[in-house]
Amino acid sequence: MTDYVVLSSILFTIGAVGVLTRRNAIVVFMCVELMLNACNLALVAFANQNGNLDGQIAAFLVMVVAAAEVVVGLAIIMTIFRTRRSASVDDASLLKY
Amino acid sequence: MFVLAEGAAPVVHPAAASGVFSLLWLVIALPMLGAVVLLVGGPLAKGRLDRNGHRIGVALPVLAFVISLAMFIQLLGRSSDNRQLSQHLYTWFEAGGLKVGADLLYDPLSALFLLLITGVGSLIHIYSVGYMASDERRRRFFGYLNLFIAAMVTLVLAANYFGVFLGWEGVGLASYLLIGFWQYKHSAAAAAKKAFILNRVGDIGMAMGVSLFFVTFGTTDFTTISANANKVSEGTMTALGLLLLLAACGKSAQVPLQSWLLDAMEGPTPVSALIHAATMVTAGVYLIVRSNFIFDYAPHARTAVMIVAVVTLLWGAIIGCANDDIKKVLAGSTMSQIGYMMLGAGIGPAGYPFAIFHLLNHGFFKADMFLGAGSVMHGMNDDVNMRHYGVLRRAMPVTFLTFAMGYLAIIGFPGFSGFWSKDRIIEEALTQSWWAGVLAIVGAGITGFYMTRLMFMTFFTDRRWAEGVHPHESPPVMTVPLIVLAALSVLGGVMLIGNWIVNFLEPVTGQIAHENPPLSSLAISAIVVAIVAVGVAAAWYFVGRVEVPREAPADVSWPVTAARAELYGNEINDELVGKPVGALVAGSTYFDRYAVDGFVEGTASAVGGSGLVLRRLQTGFVRSYALSLLAGAILVVAALLAVNLA
Amino acid sequence: MTTFWILAPVMVLAALGILFVRKAVHAALLLAIVMLSLAVLYLTLDAPFLAFVQVIVYTGAILMLFLFVLMLVGVDASDSVVETITGQRFMAVVAGLLLGAIFVIGLGQVTLATATGLSGPNAPGNIPALANLLFSKYVFAFEVTSALLITAAVGAMVLAHRERLEPKATQAMLAAQRMQDYADSGKHLGPLPTPGVFARHNAVDTPALLPDGTASEASVSRVLAARGTVRSAPAMAGDIAGIEKQLGQAPHAGRDRSAPATTEEEAPAT
Repeated sequence: MTDYVVLSSILFTIGAVGVLTRRNAIVVFMCVELMLNACNLALVAFANQNGNLDGQIAAFLVMVVAAAEVVVGLAIIMTIFRTRRSASVDDASLLKY
Repeated sequence: MFVLAEGAAPVVHPAAASGVFSLLWLVIALPMLGAVVLLVGGPLAKGRLDRNGHRIGVALPVLAFVISLAMFIQLLGRSSDNRQLSQHLYTWFEAGGLKVGADLLYDPLSALFLLLITGVGSLIHIYSVGYMASDERRRRFFGYLNLFIAAMVTLVLAANYFGVFLGWEGVGLASYLLIGFWQYKHSAAAAAKKAFILNRVGDIGMAMGVSLFFVTFGTTDFTTISANANKVSEGTMTALGLLLLLAACGKSAQVPLQSWLLDAMEGPTPVSALIHAATMVTAGVYLIVRSNFIFDYAPHARTAVMIVAVVTLLWGAIIGCANDDIKKVLAGSTMSQIGYMMLGAGIGPAGYPFAIFHLLNHGFFKADMFLGAGSVMHGMNDDVNMRHYGVLRRAMPVTFLTFAMGYLAIIGFPGFSGFWSKDRIIEEALTQSWWAGVLAIVGAGITGFYMTRLMFMTFFTDRRWAEGVHPHESPPVMTVPLIVLAALSVLGGVMLIGNWIVNFLEPVTGQIAHENPPLSSLAISAIVVAIVAVGVAAAWYFVGRVEVPREAPADVSWPVTAARAELYGNEINDELVGKPVGALVAGSTYFDRYAVDGFVEGTASAVGGSGLVLRRLQTGFVRSYALSLLAGAILVVAALLAVNLA
Repeated sequence: MTTFWILAPVMVLAALGILFVRKAVHAALLLAIVMLSLAVLYLTLDAPFLAFVQVIVYTGAILMLFLFVLMLVGVDASDSVVETITGQRFMAVVAGLLLGAIFVIGLGQVTLATATGLSGPNAPGNIPALANLLFSKYVFAFEVTSALLITAAVGAMVLAHRERLEPKATQAMLAAQRMQDYADSGKHLGPLPTPGVFARHNAVDTPALLPDGTASEASVSRVLAARGTVRSAPAMAGDIAGIEKQLGQAPHAGRDRSAPATTEEEAPAT
């Protein structure tokens, strides 16, 4: 079962690094999804380890939240793209000192 | 040194006013109406009042005088026990335990003051018609004059100290407005401010006195205070007396608040005659005589009054000796003469009637001389320098003769009004304390000197007129008041016939325990006349027999220099008050600017500076923020791990 | 465990691929691989319901949404290689390594017992068991998710909705505008030129040739131009002679008046 958790950690770390390095907002979003999925994997693995279904319920709720988040997030990306013709997160950097 | 008057000071117990006396409020209301009509209605009437406003301005004070006279005659018809009347108009205000009514008190003292204020006031109003004929703002002038009459009458008619305070501030306002009437002259505006500020110092004394009255007695009515005066400790009474003395010093130009009076001569001459000679400046004397129920229980305060009085009477006289400005000489003389009145008031019950007696006489002869000086200035193109006068007795005979009457009255020529009143004050002073009496006699001698000098320089010696000046007699509208006032100056002494004024004022001032003077009255009079004669002779020696230079000589002895500088009154004020306060202000400003502002602005710039540095962290790049977030998360996880491992 | 050991390297590689591919579409496809593999792993972990939800919701709905947005934003949108924030990439790698190290250390401390397995809870079947939990113990959280979803839907609509600021142009206005443009700048009044469709080649990606022999950029779709897949007709003209030879025709045989415009000289001018 440790293998699943290790895999989950690796995916999570990769997703985190992706969020930090990629500049296309959509890809950043995909990396966030990757991190969420890594969490889900850990949750399901631990559910199996502990022999109850609470972990699966948690994973299910994470999926719901992820769906809602993606809907709103992509809408925001669309709006930003409409006004600045760019999907780069670095271009939306006017809110600063 | 002093003994308390036998028995208590008289208690004020007025009866309700009826008959003619119920018109009392009109004496205030009529001039007030005039002021309102002229000052408020003037701009509304679009110039019509500018031409004819002075008729209203003259008629209303004359009407007030007629009412005053009618009431005075009625008062004479009453027995001396029944000569105190009061009129309750309405409740002025009520706050907690303090209830102040708009109450008027008409007693012999108020009656005499009413006659003086409305009578001399009316004469000066009439005179002003001629004097201000060419001034385009004559309507406003008469409005201010009426305002002054109303305020002054309020002052002397009020039945409580709040009312006195109202009138006190009212005359201060009118004085300020009239001194600065020609406000386009810088000197006039400055003089008005100076008078106002110095009067404020005295007014603080008045305001604190009123508050102390309320604290001590729970009221400010004369009736209650006089009835309870014997139950209060002497310390409180002394404090009250000194506060009232401070107030009197401010209003009556007594040392140390004397320096405004000479500058106040920047106002039109009728103003100087009415406000700064005959009436307003004597309000301090009125206040002390009116508050006799305080001073009778406060001997130390009376000593202070006498000291102030003696210092002032010499101070003013010395100033008058060296000044070349005819109005300033008269102003110094006014200070000096008020010093005599204060001396009389400081003596106590024995001196009160003579203080008032001298006050009335002074009101006559000083108004006469001021108006005479105005008449001279009128003929000399408003030149006030006596060194530019000379032999005017030929050019303006009426002015000369009336002025001479005032002159003889003030120096105390036997038979004239000033002789009677001043001699009685000196006599009472000698009775009470020899030093005050001797100094008063010296003052009389100096009075003889400076008034004679003025007479010589103005009406005798040689002609020193400037080119193009054609001295001429003034129109009848100005000379008639002069004649009336001159007659009063001559005849003022009749009030003493049969000790009338003493008896008349007795309900106010109380029974006099008569003490015999150290010398006989005749001897004292002889000494005073002799000293005055010496002063007159000295004036003839220094001024009358020699040629008067047209420019004031510069190489003069130090007493003359000091007298010309008004005995350094302004410099003393400057050194004692002006400079320390200035330094305090400068220090406070410095402290505020560098310490307070420095601290506040230093804090602000420290916060701002750190903000300037820290805001660089706010790059706007989401990924930087995400990195910080991750770093934080790593820290938390690492901490948890460390705790678990430990 | 065989399944795991087969899928795990695939997933790690695909995830790393997301980090390195330049085109967003490729990243999305790699993410699909990860997600589908994850679904399989769920199956091995006795979570069949989640496995299918993963496939349907994640891979089917969410990932499709990503692709739709990519389509709207532009398929060609790709990251430039140059990092704009100083030290960001280095710090990211360091942070990633740190995170990984902490995970390793953390997991190294843990020894898991033999997995209990879900045969017990899953006895009535996985879906009924989940439903029992969801509608009893977690009913409140479940109801809250409904509010969350509704909010998200409304939010997305509000964000994506664009208020019309000016009246919609009618046909008449459009026609007038075209005339105006023609008057102002001489812009061509008629429809855009068709691409250079050559007989030998179904070539919407080849621009038409103007009478002077230059290519007309207006005749090719902007998307193709953006992708950089536009061909050049003159560049292909070189082998025409060879083809003609192969066909055994005389050179320039098609150059009669009735022949369709097949050469660059006679390409549609407009």
